[in-house]
Amino acid sequence: MLAYAIRRFGQSFIVLVFMSFLVFVGVYAIGNPVELLVNPQADEAERIRATAALGLDKSFLEQYWVFLVGAANGDLGKSFVFNVPALTLILDKLPATFELAFVAMVIAISLGIPLGLVAGLKPDSFIGRGIMAGSIMGFSLPTFWVGLVLIMIFSVHLGWLPSNGRGETVLVAGIPVSFLTMDGIAHLAMPATNLALFKLSLLIRLTRAGTREAMLQDYVKFARAKGLPQRRVIGVHVLKNILIPIVTVIGLELGSVIAFAIVTESIFAWPGTGKLLIDSINQLDRPVIVAYLLVIVSLFVVINFVVDVLYSLLDPRVRLGGAAAAH
Amino acid sequence: MTRTLRLALAALALAALPAASLAKDREVSIGLQAAITSMDPHYHNLSPNNSMMLHVFEPLIRRDANQKPVPSLATSWRAVDDLTWEFKLRKNVRFHDGSPFTADDVVFTLARVPNVPNSPSSFATFTKPIVDVKVVDPHTIVFKTATPHVLLPSDLASVLIVSKGAGAKAATEDYNSGKAAIGTGPYKFAEYIPNQRVVLKANYGYWGGEEPWDKITFKILTNPAARVAALLSGDVQMIETVPTSDIAKLSKDPKFNLADKVSNRVIYIHLNQSTEKSPPFVTDKSGKALEKNPFRDARVRKALSMGINRDAIADRIMEKKAVPAAQLLPDFFYGTSKKLKPAKFDPEGAKKLLAEAGYPNGFAITIHGPNNRYINDDKIAQAIAQFYTRIGVDAKVETMPSAVYFTRASKLEFGYMVLGWGTESGEQGSSLRSLLATYDRDKGMGVTNRGRYSNPEMDKALSIALVTMDEKKRESLIQQAAEIAMNDTALIPIHYEVSTWATAKGLKYEARTDQYTLASGLKPAK
Repeated sequence: MLAYAIRRFGQSFIVLVFMSFLVFVGVYAIGNPVELLVNPQADEAERIRATAALGLDKSFLEQYWVFLVGAANGDLGKSFVFNVPALTLILDKLPATFELAFVAMVIAISLGIPLGLVAGLKPDSFIGRGIMAGSIMGFSLPTFWVGLVLIMIFSVHLGWLPSNGRGETVLVAGIPVSFLTMDGIAHLAMPATNLALFKLSLLIRLTRAGTREAMLQDYVKFARAKGLPQRRVIGVHVLKNILIPIVTVIGLELGSVIAFAIVTESIFAWPGTGKLLIDSINQLDRPVIVAYLLVIVSLFVVINFVVDVLYSLLDPRVRLGGAAAAH
Repeated sequence: MTRTLRLALAALALAALPAASLAKDREVSIGLQAAITSMDPHYHNLSPNNSMMLHVFEPLIRRDANQKPVPSLATSWRAVDDLTWEFKLRKNVRFHDGSPFTADDVVFTLARVPNVPNSPSSFATFTKPIVDVKVVDPHTIVFKTATPHVLLPSDLASVLIVSKGAGAKAATEDYNSGKAAIGTGPYKFAEYIPNQRVVLKANYGYWGGEEPWDKITFKILTNPAARVAALLSGDVQMIETVPTSDIAKLSKDPKFNLADKVSNRVIYIHLNQSTEKSPPFVTDKSGKALEKNPFRDARVRKALSMGINRDAIADRIMEKKAVPAAQLLPDFFYGTSKKLKPAKFDPEGAKKLLAEAGYPNGFAITIHGPNNRYINDDKIAQAIAQFYTRIGVDAKVETMPSAVYFTRASKLEFGYMVLGWGTESGEQGSSLRSLLATYDRDKGMGVTNRGRYSNPEMDKALSIALVTMDEKKRESLIQQAAEIAMNDTALIPIHYEVSTWATAKGLKYEARTDQYTLASGLKPAK
C-alpha cells in the first residue's frame, strides 16, 4: 500500500512538471501579455519597463527556469494582473468552488442513486419512465440556459432567491463556508442545482442500467430463493455490486465539476476558480493559469487515488496496483 | 421524502425573502462588467480601475461627464511660461484619516507614480514630462518641464493624489488591504475582494458636500446575462454596459431607467501601409500578390471607406447604440473638426475610384478583428465583408480572441484590421499622435499606428500643436491635422460606441463619455 502510494505520487510529479511546461509553451505561443496590459498610449520606455517588471524580457527557457526554481520553493509566481501570489489568489477562491462542487455532487448522488434504483427496478412503470424522461432533459438542456431560466423563475419572477454571488460565510477550521448560514444556502441553492443537473442524470442512467443487469443475475435469484427480504436483496446484493462503476464515475465527475464549473460560476457570478481561470486566460495571466492547472492536476491525482482505495474496499478481489509484483 | 424536501425548499425560500428585497434607502449595489485589478491608484492604468479609484482618490484636475477639465484638488492653474506651470491647491481638504491635504502630498504622489513595483501598466507616462517640482507654499506648487508640454493639465487629470502620511513605504498590497487606501475622495475604502466585489462607505467630511449614498457595493458581474438578471431581480440597482440585445426590453419596462451617451471610443479600420508590395492577406482575386500595396493609394482607402454602410451597422447591428464616425472623437470634443462628415455609402462611386486607382476588378482581402473586445466586434467585421462584395472586393473574415489578436496586429501580421480607440484625455491631439503620427516609438509618436500611415504635412501640424501654449491656436492646429488625415482617409472610422447604463426606477445616472461608472453620478430621480 505505501509503496503503491509512493509510486503513484512519483508518477504524478512527472505529470506536473510536464504539464507546467506545456502550459508555458501554450501561453507563450498565444500572445504577449504586455500587449494587453500596458496602456495603448504608452511609449517604448514604458513598454520596456512593463516587460521587465513582469519578467518577460528574459528568454523563454530562462523564464521557465525561474518558474521551476520558484516552484521548488513553493512560489508559483505573482499574477501579472493582480500583483498577488497566484497560489494565494487560487486558494482564496478554492473553498467557494469546492463548496459548490460538493453540494452539487451531494445533490446528484442523494437523488441520482435512489431515482436510478427505482427506475431500474420498475422500468416499465409510469414512475420509471418519468424518471428516464427527466434524465434526458438533464442531459440535453445546456447548463447556461437552465441557469438563466432558474434565475428568471426564482429571482426575477418569484423573488425568492438571490441571482448572484455567494452568501454570508462562517469559518470552519479556518475555511470560510457558506452552507451553514441561511443566506449562504439561499445563494447556493440555484448554482448547486444547476451544476448538479447533468451529473444527476448521468447517475440515474448508470444506476438504472446496473440495476437492470444485476436483477437478472443468478445471485439475485438465489438470494430471493433463500427468502431474503427485498430490502436486503437490493440494499446489499444489488447495490454493492453495481457501485464500482458508479464510484469511478463519481470520482471522475467530482474532478471535472471542480475544474470546469466555469459556466455555472460565471452565470451566477460565483466567486470561484473557474471564473478566475477564464479571466486569466483572456488576460494571458500566465502565473495564474499555470498555478491553477497544477492545483487541478494534483486534485485529480488525489481523487483517483481515493477512488482506487475505495475499489479495494468495495471489492476484496481488487488488489491495489501491482501489489503482487511487489511481493 | 418529497414532503420534507418541499418543506425544506419552502423554508429556504422564506429565509431568502428579506435578503433579496434588502436595499436600504442610502445603500446601493452596482453591477460592473470588468474586474478591478487593484485598489492602488498607481498600479494599473486601466479604465475599470481608474473609474473605481475616482471614488476614493482625487486628481488635481477632474474631468466632467463630457471630459471637460474642471477644478478638483487644484482650484486654478496657469502656464507661467513655456516650461513652467503654477497650480493653486484647494484649502481645507482632509484625507480620510483626518490629515490635511497639502503640496507635500502632490510631491509624494509624483515621486511614487514611476516607482510602483511590478506595475503592468504604469502612470509614469503622465508624470514623466515633469522634471522638477517646487513647493512655493502648502497650497501653491510649481512644475517645470524640459520642453513645452501643453498637455500637462490633461496628464495630471489621470494622476490621483495619495496621502504622504499613509502612503509612505506602502506597497500595492497595503492599498488592496485598505491600510494605505486613504484618499480625499467622496467615499472611503471598506472592502476589496479581487474578482468579486468592492465596498465603499461615505466620507462625511468630504469637501465637495454631501454624497447621495452611505454605502456602495460594486459587484463584478462579467457575464452580460448575469448582469441583466441581477438588475431584474433587484440584487443590484444599476448596471453598466447593458447588452445591446436587452436594451429594447429594458427601455419598455417601466421599472427601469436607461441612460446613454456617445462615448470617446471610436471603432475604426487600420490599413497596413507598411509594405511596398501586398501587405499580409491582400492579393488579387486569383490569390497572387499585388505589385503595389493598394492601401498606399488614397483613392483605394477612400473607396474602402465609401463601401461601408455606417448607418446600417449603427441601426441593425448596434441597435442604434452607435453613431457613424468621421474622425477619432465625436465633434463636441476638443480638437475635433465640425467640417468632417462620415463618408456616405456609395458603392458605385467606390467602384469608380478603385478603377481609377488601377483595380477595375477589385482585389481580395481578409478582414481581421477581435471577437471579445468591442461591442459586436465580430458582427461588424462580417457586415463590412458583405458590403465589400458590392464594390468588387472579395473579403474573407477571420476574428479571434483579443489575447491572440492584439499581439499579432502589433506585429503587423494583418492587412485590414478592425480596431477601437478610447481617448481618455478627451482631446483629439493625443489620439492623432498615437494612431496616425509617423511611427517612432522612441519619441512616443504613432505608438499604436498599426497602419503605419505617414504624412509629413499632418506630422508638422501636429508637432507644432503639441508645443503651442495658446489654447485657441493649438485647437485650430489639431483640427487642421485631423482634416488633413481624414480627407486622406488615413484610417477608416466606422462609429463611436454609445455606452448604456440601466438603473432601477427612482434612480437616475448622469451618463459619461468616458464610460466610467461613478456612484456620485447616480442620484434619486426627482
